[in-house]
Amino acid sequence: MTDTKENILSVRGLKVDFTTPDGDVNAVKGIDLDVKAGETLAVVGESGSGKSQTMMGIMGLLARNGRVTGSAKYRGKELVGLPLKRLNEVRGSKITMIFQEPMTSLDPLYTVGRQIAEPLVHHKGMTFKQAKVRVLELLKLVGIPDPERRINSYPHEMSGGQRQRVMIAMALANEPDLLIADEPTTALDVTIQAQILDLLRSLQKRFGMAIVLITHDLGIVKHFADRVVVMRRGDVVERGSIKDIFENPQEDYTKMLLAAEPSGTKEPPADNAPIILEGRNVAVDFAIGGGFFTSAKTMFRAVDGVSVRLKKGQTIGIVGESGSGKSTLGRALLRLLPSSGQYHFGSKNISNFDRSAMRPLRRELQLVFQDPYGSLSPRQTVGEIITEGLFIHEPQLSRAERDKRAIAALKEVGLDPAARNRYPHEFSGGQRQRIAIARAVILKPKVVILDEPTSALDRSVQGQVIDLLRDLQDKHDLSYIFISHDLAVIKAMSDYVIVMKNGKIVEEGDTEDIFETPTQNYTKTLMAAAFDLEI
Amino acid sequence: MFHFVLRRLASAVPTLFIVVTISFFLMRFAPGGPFNLERPLPPATMENLMRAYHLDQPLWNQYLQYLKNAVTGDFGPSYIYKDNTIAELIGKGLPYSVQLGTYALLFALIGGVLIGTIAALRQNSFIDFLVMSVATTGVTVPNFVVGPIMTLIFALMLAWVPAGGWGDGSLKFLILPVITLGLPQLAVFARLTRGSMIEALHADHIRTARAYGLPAKVVVVTHAMRGALLPVVSYLAPCAAALLTGSAVVESIFTIPGVGRYFVLGAINRDYTLVMGTVVLVAIFVIVFNLVVDILYGLLDPRVRHD
Repeated sequence: MTDTKENILSVRGLKVDFTTPDGDVNAVKGIDLDVKAGETLAVVGESGSGKSQTMMGIMGLLARNGRVTGSAKYRGKELVGLPLKRLNEVRGSKITMIFQEPMTSLDPLYTVGRQIAEPLVHHKGMTFKQAKVRVLELLKLVGIPDPERRINSYPHEMSGGQRQRVMIAMALANEPDLLIADEPTTALDVTIQAQILDLLRSLQKRFGMAIVLITHDLGIVKHFADRVVVMRRGDVVERGSIKDIFENPQEDYTKMLLAAEPSGTKEPPADNAPIILEGRNVAVDFAIGGGFFTSAKTMFRAVDGVSVRLKKGQTIGIVGESGSGKSTLGRALLRLLPSSGQYHFGSKNISNFDRSAMRPLRRELQLVFQDPYGSLSPRQTVGEIITEGLFIHEPQLSRAERDKRAIAALKEVGLDPAARNRYPHEFSGGQRQRIAIARAVILKPKVVILDEPTSALDRSVQGQVIDLLRDLQDKHDLSYIFISHDLAVIKAMSDYVIVMKNGKIVEEGDTEDIFETPTQNYTKTLMAAAFDLEI
Repeated sequence: MFHFVLRRLASAVPTLFIVVTISFFLMRFAPGGPFNLERPLPPATMENLMRAYHLDQPLWNQYLQYLKNAVTGDFGPSYIYKDNTIAELIGKGLPYSVQLGTYALLFALIGGVLIGTIAALRQNSFIDFLVMSVATTGVTVPNFVVGPIMTLIFALMLAWVPAGGWGDGSLKFLILPVITLGLPQLAVFARLTRGSMIEALHADHIRTARAYGLPAKVVVVTHAMRGALLPVVSYLAPCAAALLTGSAVVESIFTIPGVGRYFVLGAINRDYTLVMGTVVLVAIFVIVFNLVVDILYGLLDPRVRHD
């Protein structure tokens, strides 16, 4: 990018502090930033780096206990400390934002048409009626099909990708100078993610606004941004052009971030390895609608005749976008929900096992969930959480023996054994996922189903969790079913891949074949969307 | 929408039937009867009375007869207000109770939402603390304390308003009973509004509205309050049913000729038909207001639209 372009946003010594009961937290510690007209600046960092809070501070959107100091000038106009009325002249007109969660960022009670019109009404003084023409234009611009009808839709009637398009339409309504995109694609499926980024890029070309892209995803940065600012714990670690940062990073932290993309491959198990878990023609139906007295209106087939064979020591990766049925398949294989099909665990036919018949087998069939926040009880200590399974499966153990097992399990997942007397909220996301893994391995299972175990984690932490899962697999000869939408993780972890869409298997095969020579169009699209963005 | 209303009204029939059945038998199994007075009546008189009111017949017969009459809107004569039918008694008292209840409901709703919103916007400030303490007091101090104290101050000491009675139904007669009746509900509305408003103000879409430079008034009223009102609206149904069917305590304190006292008098005197009449009345109010609230809910929240 040329340096001759004028700065539209210049930030100097910006600090963001939060007052908490445990004292002040310095989220942003005095950073400098410049955004030039028409460029794309990526602000990169892991969670807690202050990348979002920087922008929230500038835009006056901090939580009640937050304070911003320093200077942030938009075309020479100081934004920090500007009275709300004056700030509102800039927000939504000259500087606009889109957010990570298109699900919750729109008001569920108003039509999207009205919400797109609001910035026009309040900044341009139009009536809602006058704004309608422009709203239709904007919906067309962001590629919403059938805008005349969609203008009257409510957010819940749209998909995640469409909602993000609506947000973009809202952001463009007043033709801003600067668009701040805070993790705009993180909550979206990879193919949708690629579409949204393409849209942003083409709109930027057309309207020439600058974009500040806040993200943790370096793959997106490389393909999308002109310059990069790397942040860590409230400070800028490194800054430079895309070329500088990606080809010649100076700081260790930047290097670590770049290397944190999951790497390595998994060798398939020996050909004669026994089959440990098998599901044939697995089908799961969910009833939609219907009340207490009325019967269900329609049945929705979430998994439609899928067969899976897991060998001892194998890792099968199941890939698919949201709604593909991959998680449901995982639960069906563990007989956790009503499903049809034939199921075998080792030499046992478990097709007709009910809950109580399954119970003794549960210790050998474990499940680790995506959300390390939601899947650990906040009211139990870590020790209680991980030893709970022992009460059921090994009731003969004494308290001291259980404690010993807890210590061993925590050590195994790389946590300090003292952790067992603390509560889940005292741990970071990565540590919580380790606790969830410890809860599974303490029972010495044979099969572990990992449902998006790394999706909620930062890339660097993700790498550590993947290493841990690999170690445990080697040590205990575990078999994994690894469910993820993240192709990079699947590629690194599994030796066999199943690609799912709409409840069916689109394609399956050895990892190398699937990634190098996919035969189905859907797989190719998925790969293109994911790896065009990869480093 | 039309079908939804029809369906709901149809489902009210079995509900009413169950309510009538249960209260009919409960009443009859309670010891005593309408003519068991402190000074027992001579057996012959008693017998005549029982025959006149068909109380000598088997319980099943009486029940079926009651149902049959009730369907045609005949809820029978009162046993203690001997010159009146239940329909007449309720017909006379209900307009007073409904009028008083409506004002009390409006007072509670508007006041409560306003106070709750102010408290939410000034969360954890002195105003918040003050407002919520007053609201808590409103819930905890019973109306038979609030009523007489207000009468003492405003009617007897200051002589601003009359101490009781309906008079011509003008504001000065109504103001004390309305406040007494509405205050506890106002406190509930204030608490509900404050809680849901605080939550609504933290929603992501409120951040969006602020990020787009919408004026503070629009952010609070258009975006936050509409969502925050949903739990308030849910509480509206039981509250409206309770207020509009009269309060024995408030009507007694201010000598208002509503239907509230009939609950108490009917129950104490074992006036079977009067108790049944008031029970059916309350049931109908509850059903109707639940329907109204469901329709309101649908209007406020597109996600639960009834089609």
